[in-house]
Amino acid sequence: MNTENEANDGGYVRPELVCPAGTPAGLRTAVDAGADAVYCGFRNATNARNFPGLNFSVNELTDAIAYAHERNAKVLLAVNTFPPAGRFELWREAIDTAARLGVDAVIVADMGVADYAAQTHPQLRLHLSVQAGASSPEAIRFYCKEFGIKRVVLPRMLTVEEIAGIHGQIDCEVEAFIFGNIGMMAEGRCSLTNYATGISTNMDGVCSPAESVRYEEDAERNLNIKLDRFTIDRFAPGEKAGYPTICKGRYLCGVREQQGYYAFEEPVSLNLSALLPKLMRAGVTAFKIEGRQRSRAYVKAAVSAFRKAVDDILDGRDPGLTSLLALTEGSKETEGAFRSKLWR
Amino acid sequence: MESSGAAISLGPILFNWQPEAWRDFYFRIADQAPVDTVYVGEVVCSKRSVLFEPYFEEVAERLKAAGKTVVYSTLSEVMLKLDRQVVDSVCGLQDSLIEANDGSSLAHLSGKPHHVGPFVNAYNEGTISFLARKGARNFCLPAELPATAIRVLCERAANVGATIEVQAFGRISLALSARCYHARAHGRTKDSCQFVCENDPDGMELRTLDNRPFLAVNGIQTLSFEYLNLINELDDLRAMGVSRFRLSPHSCDMVAVASIFRSVLDRRIALAEGLEQLKALNLGAPFSNGFYHGVPGHQWVAAGSTQRTPAKASTKTLELR
Amino acid sequence: MAVSRTDPGWPLPQGLQDLPRWLIAPVPLFLLQPILTRIATHVAQSHPGLFERLEAHTHTRFLIDPVDLPFVLLLRPDANRPHLKAYRRHERVRHDACIAGTFFDLLDMIEGNADGDALFFTRDLRVTGNTQAVVTLRNALDDLEGNLVETILGGLGPLQGPASLALSAMRTIRGSRRHEY
Repeated sequence: MNTENEANDGGYVRPELVCPAGTPAGLRTAVDAGADAVYCGFRNATNARNFPGLNFSVNELTDAIAYAHERNAKVLLAVNTFPPAGRFELWREAIDTAARLGVDAVIVADMGVADYAAQTHPQLRLHLSVQAGASSPEAIRFYCKEFGIKRVVLPRMLTVEEIAGIHGQIDCEVEAFIFGNIGMMAEGRCSLTNYATGISTNMDGVCSPAESVRYEEDAERNLNIKLDRFTIDRFAPGEKAGYPTICKGRYLCGVREQQGYYAFEEPVSLNLSALLPKLMRAGVTAFKIEGRQRSRAYVKAAVSAFRKAVDDILDGRDPGLTSLLALTEGSKETEGAFRSKLWR
Repeated sequence: MESSGAAISLGPILFNWQPEAWRDFYFRIADQAPVDTVYVGEVVCSKRSVLFEPYFEEVAERLKAAGKTVVYSTLSEVMLKLDRQVVDSVCGLQDSLIEANDGSSLAHLSGKPHHVGPFVNAYNEGTISFLARKGARNFCLPAELPATAIRVLCERAANVGATIEVQAFGRISLALSARCYHARAHGRTKDSCQFVCENDPDGMELRTLDNRPFLAVNGIQTLSFEYLNLINELDDLRAMGVSRFRLSPHSCDMVAVASIFRSVLDRRIALAEGLEQLKALNLGAPFSNGFYHGVPGHQWVAAGSTQRTPAKASTKTLELR
Repeated sequence: MAVSRTDPGWPLPQGLQDLPRWLIAPVPLFLLQPILTRIATHVAQSHPGLFERLEAHTHTRFLIDPVDLPFVLLLRPDANRPHLKAYRRHERVRHDACIAGTFFDLLDMIEGNADGDALFFTRDLRVTGNTQAVVTLRNALDDLEGNLVETILGGLGPLQGPASLALSAMRTIRGSRRHEY
């Protein structure tokens, strides 16, 4: 049976399209463009997109929940960083506020935070963030058993077949990323930024903080990307660029002395448009679009495109795939680990 | 050996050494190194596990016979069938102490006494308390935690009957990935790697485009270029209640490293002399201790220097109004 | 104020010929300045939320460089005393952060029709100086939804008519080359 026929069979579980919102305006844009759920965070270190000028105050979140609920969209709150000892109060307050405001779920990563939420607010629905790095059935079952996790967001390191295998061995829902930035390091287990800048991705909620990034043009008009005192890449004039992250930079090593090479990954974004039916068959019931740090223009384009693609599949049509290449890092797309284990 | 009330442990070998060199290293540790606890086991790549299997029992027996406590470390990243089988078999060892390095091993070990390794995100009091309820008796903390957090965690651990261990020497594990970067540098993939990582007993050094040493690659793991060295901080850490100092193995003379740390802990040599002796090992990379001081991890804060106040995002106050 | 009537090395870009002279010609900047001041004051008064998001950057000096226009703008988004001033490019005005791109790309971005990261990836947007300030401003502006340009027009008073005409001309031109997403 070929893929198209299977897709045309219909009979899929309607997947939830989970979309990013960095600001209240972004949230309204996502909802209006057809998001089933929107995820966002408070304006502090409790979430993994703690970028300046971004995110929600309590009042803004209150209004955002009302806006989304009036339009049958859910609001998921990311409280997905790791509180360092002595500063747990901020995370506790985020959980309490989430419960009070009636968010539809909280996305957690830290075991201490999950434990607090499960003990204090047993009615609060918990999703396991990709930052928890739960990549095996045993680990996922552990989180489900201990904290009553209802959905796991899988790391971007598994093939579709492996996702199907995991799905068959766990009792919770499965959410997978389908579009956006793809970091190369296991989520929640990377302190490269802290090593270079003194600001921690896990504890402060930011990878390559803007305050440590400098773009410098040299005499040959190359764009040098500096993270604190490290040059992490150099783009020739006109060469397409990406995010200024260590895992997308060029380096030298013993077997690559002559020319800098992308030691981890080149600037590229994830796009699984073509794999949506396969993912649905593998048991994925929530599709996540990355990009809370992106603009309303990005949110509108990406959410609209995937809304249409998912609806087409559900209605038995060939999914109409709008090109999103203009939004991607390095103007390149990849299916990453999802297509083949040779990616590793 | 523990007269000073602080133990020294030897962390698991992170690199792909030749199996015989691996065995001989542990024999020498057993015979000569003043360490109390030795962590044994492959934590980086399940493909390597089989390489050391023939010597595993021999090494453990020799270490135990020398009076060392042997703890078996589990894989840090568990995803593939082979990874899961390896974790399953290590966690199934009878009458043995296991150090959990991921969620799947925590699941296996739940309900019986075990150690929690630095690859588990035990960042705060809540996590320490929760894991202690599941049977955790010792926590080797994530390397990026600053002194302020270590202090609070020591207090909490004492309250829940657990001990705290801190890495004090060796390259710092900074990231894990599904992709093998050793294989990638050689134009291969993880499946077709042909174990190229064996060429770099301390990791493959990466330099920036302006030729500044930056990182070290070890298969799926990315390490610091600098060697962590908390010799200047030992007194403060002991005062906080840290009970074990972990030395992460390198190809340098680890018996000498352990002896220097033991001598400083026992006040048989002065701190400054200990530091000079470590420098004399010619590791080919500078020392760092930045994470402890809340500054970039690659930095070295000299003893007695005024510590920089970190201008961190985490100092932002709550804006939940 | 030094007024340069001709700006050597500045060719009129394709597609801009239809715009009103006061915007694109090498105008005397003293004519432009009252308009800019009104824009800044009006935006500040009608969007107080913007300054909350700007946090530490309300005193940062942003140089906004529409590379195809004959002048640059210096913005200091102080809520009480907002400052927006035009300079000739060769004046090399002191600033903390600079955002440079074509007028259309910058306009698309503040109107929420183009993604700043995407423009950066394709090298159509250049950022120098204090990166955090630029990211903060970008994020804060992105929360203003589509009414920022209307707000700006509202600030123009009697000039609203010509400015509206100018904008609709721009939109027409942009329609033929807007970003393909």
